[in-house]
Amino acid sequence: MPEVTNSPSNRLSEFFDKPVAVVNVGLPLFAESVRRQGLPVVDVDWRPPPEGVPRLTHTKTGISMDEANAEAVRRIMAGRPMIVGLGLARDVIPGMTDRTILHAGPPIAWERMCGPTRGAVMGALVYEGLTATPEEAAALAASGDIAFDPCHHHHAVGPMAGVVSPSMPVWIIENAEFGNRAYCTLNEGLGKVLRYGAYGDEVYRRLRWMADVLYPTLADAVAKSGPIDLRAMIAQALHMGDECHNRNRAGTALLLRALGPALARTCADGERLAQVIEFIDGNDHFFLNLSMPAGKAMLEPAEGIPGATVLTVMARNGTDFGIRLAGDPGRWFVAPAGMVEGLYLPGFTAADANPDIGDSTVTETAGFGGFAMAAAPAIARFVGGTAQDAISATLEMYEICFAEHQFFTIPALEFRGTPVGIDVRLVTETGILPRLNTGIAHKEPGIGMVGAGVLRAPGACFAAAFEAVKSW
Amino acid sequence: MAVRYFIKASQYFDSVALMNATRDVQALPGIEDAALVMGTEANKRLLARVAPLTPEAQATSSTDLVMMVKGDGAALDQALAMAEALLTKQPGQTAMAGKRRPRTLRSAVREHPDSNVAVISVAGMYAAAEARSALDRGLHVLLFSDNVSLEDEIALKRRAVEDDLLLMGPGAGTAILNGAALGFANVVPRGPVGIVSAAGTGLQEVSTLLAKQGVGISQGIGVGGRDLSDAVGGMMMLHALEALQADPATTVIVAISKLPSPAVVDKVLARLDAGDKPAVVIFMSAEPVLPSPAGDKVYPAATLHEAALAAATLAHGGDGSTVKAQLADRMRGLQIRAKALAARLSTEQKYVRGLFSGGTLCEEAMRLWGERLGDVWSNAPFKPEFKLPDSNRSRQHCALDLGEEEFTVGRPHPMIDNDLRIRRLLQEARDPHVAVIQMDIVLGYGAHPDPAGELAPAILRAGELAADHGGDLLVVTALTGADGDPQNLARQSAALAAAGALVMGSNADASQLTALIVTVDS
Repeated sequence: MPEVTNSPSNRLSEFFDKPVAVVNVGLPLFAESVRRQGLPVVDVDWRPPPEGVPRLTHTKTGISMDEANAEAVRRIMAGRPMIVGLGLARDVIPGMTDRTILHAGPPIAWERMCGPTRGAVMGALVYEGLTATPEEAAALAASGDIAFDPCHHHHAVGPMAGVVSPSMPVWIIENAEFGNRAYCTLNEGLGKVLRYGAYGDEVYRRLRWMADVLYPTLADAVAKSGPIDLRAMIAQALHMGDECHNRNRAGTALLLRALGPALARTCADGERLAQVIEFIDGNDHFFLNLSMPAGKAMLEPAEGIPGATVLTVMARNGTDFGIRLAGDPGRWFVAPAGMVEGLYLPGFTAADANPDIGDSTVTETAGFGGFAMAAAPAIARFVGGTAQDAISATLEMYEICFAEHQFFTIPALEFRGTPVGIDVRLVTETGILPRLNTGIAHKEPGIGMVGAGVLRAPGACFAAAFEAVKSW
Repeated sequence: MAVRYFIKASQYFDSVALMNATRDVQALPGIEDAALVMGTEANKRLLARVAPLTPEAQATSSTDLVMMVKGDGAALDQALAMAEALLTKQPGQTAMAGKRRPRTLRSAVREHPDSNVAVISVAGMYAAAEARSALDRGLHVLLFSDNVSLEDEIALKRRAVEDDLLLMGPGAGTAILNGAALGFANVVPRGPVGIVSAAGTGLQEVSTLLAKQGVGISQGIGVGGRDLSDAVGGMMMLHALEALQADPATTVIVAISKLPSPAVVDKVLARLDAGDKPAVVIFMSAEPVLPSPAGDKVYPAATLHEAALAAATLAHGGDGSTVKAQLADRMRGLQIRAKALAARLSTEQKYVRGLFSGGTLCEEAMRLWGERLGDVWSNAPFKPEFKLPDSNRSRQHCALDLGEEEFTVGRPHPMIDNDLRIRRLLQEARDPHVAVIQMDIVLGYGAHPDPAGELAPAILRAGELAADHGGDLLVVTALTGADGDPQNLARQSAALAAAGALVMGSNADASQLTALIVTVDS
């Protein structure tokens, strides 16, 4: 593949008298004898590819998939997502109407929506004032009078249920390199929150405070501070123990630090300012709703490169798990969403858990999140407990990624770039499925968060995508 | 059902650690529910849903640890103790020891960008794809795997030549690159002789015979048994020869092949002729292929031993003219020895049997025997009419290549595992017509760690079996090995000699002696 080229020094004319360093593929005996000579050897843990999986290199029209992927990851890494402002969903998200509700994951009708998505939709309809009670909201949702659409169809992403309703404030992220924009709501915090499917007065009260106090305060501050570079912020957070999906403590702190002076200068009301700072400080995941649209803004420019087999979308709606490829961005490949291997909040167990849900896997798709687990030893317990387990998790993801990130690096791996550009060919050849970090929602509407954990993406959607790539 | 709270003030734990410990405590017998949380307001609200908070629990803050267990009264204390133990436990050593190995060649090279040689020995149907992947990354390839199609071999070699890389194989067992022994290879000193071989054990034999004369090698490049066929056209041998001709560390070149195509032989000779370094060639088939005219710079050898003698002479600045005299001297010595040995045989004992682990060594023996004994039966004969109808039963003069697939399906190669050869040795020893059994014993990396340790007792037992029917069985062995080999050449040799075997310095000497023993009086 083009990312490694034959260094001239290895050519035969230059090779004699260079120290030999061996890669062994096959009999361990041969690796052992090289080792006994005191020479470096890497013994590959080789396994045969699954039956019927050819090595795909070119499309039928002769496009090199490697070259297409190289261009795709070049664009992904070149993207410079900046916070340029905030706005209300109905005003800024393209295609948003007063009766549109966006949700996470691939397209889904009300009838097939999972509990937390339904709960979030019901809560959003009440919050919007379209109905008075959750029961009426369910009836309205089922009436066909509400247009449901994936966030991803509107350059947006949403954590967990990912519900965006017209009057919700959203971050506006602009990719300074390519000019595209991405959108995401503001993070509500943990527990009984809309994105985990909860509704009720506590939820509406918080959403209203966010719209009435948090949003204008932040909007003023961003207007004052000017664009804030999220690629740089994610890169720093990765050096401070975040993987920017299940851990956002450092990112949240960095954001607050970046906004601090502008907040102080634009918010004359000290108590209001204190409330805003307290809210952000009290929510370790506040930055998630920025790392996600940053990922989205970076990924979109790679869409539509013919022959590119890397993923630009990986998202779940709590019922289905869907992926889209850079080379065919209009098409979803879906499979049933998996169950999360989780750790639970007091009083909850796996029996309460909804299947995997949310657009937050945009982080893994863009080369951080679960793929940068080695950067976040503090949450290593999700993947086995030790820092070494966290490193192993990231090392494994290199196997299925086309490239290593130029700007996102991992100190514990000698500042190696994070794995980026999930290649459906490599997933299929190796049988290694993407590792995802995620929160866990209660399966019933109206309850909220019950835990967090990890899982693998389902193989079936990758198999389907690979089949499609075969006929490109 | 009882509930117990336990508070540890000012002890902070990460929430993931706490959830993890909670899960383990919940799994204890007699425990219905458990929670380990920091005493934040949100957590206390959640706890209260499960069990009413005690006043102490109610009073905690976000820096205090709250442990709650609910279940059988008797189980609670144990559960609390376990919860504490889980939180204070140090990660075990085992977790660190389990270092991950890369799953693909691609990621191995990414993690170790200095890698420059891939040794590939996966099943043939996957081997070409792995080799291509290695070439894509600029690695030289030792392709040990068999059953790679001719089309793949040609495509891979064409690609390698274009990129100035080595594609050694398929079916290449041996390479010594920049002093590193790869696959089945011996620990020989570095020196001026560069070897390119389309016969793996041929490369081992010549490099160890050179080492025995104190001459080292610069490079030992195996190219696979089909390289000098018409179809492949000697692509890799020609490429490697060109590299050795340009290599300042190489002053003498040796080219080895069995059953080459005459057209390719011509190309190889032309390439050697075009260079300015003296060369030795050995092309083995039923008759020695002695190219003529070979050109001034090329010494045509008839045996691997002769090739090594000639290369050593050339490396010392000689012109090769003394080699024939050396060989004649050796032959006289062998004849004297053979005469003495033949006297030990009964009149019934008249046949020779060869039990070989190296295909090239088997062919060399068959050819040398053939000069004195006429046609030789084999499972891999030169002439199809002398193919054994049943490889498990020897006939007359008979040489077996035990490394052939018919013997190795489902069991290790005889260079790695001695069982097959020992069973066959005992079988041959029971045949009263057998006079001499010849065996090659290949040492070095990849080979069995102590072949003589297993073969010597079997040789003794074979002698006893022969004695049962009144014969004095002669066992002639040749050790292909070097002083530096992990098996210890001297010890191997001593163990074989102690068992009564004749230990010869080369496969050619062993083969000549074997044939002479049964013909010396006739």
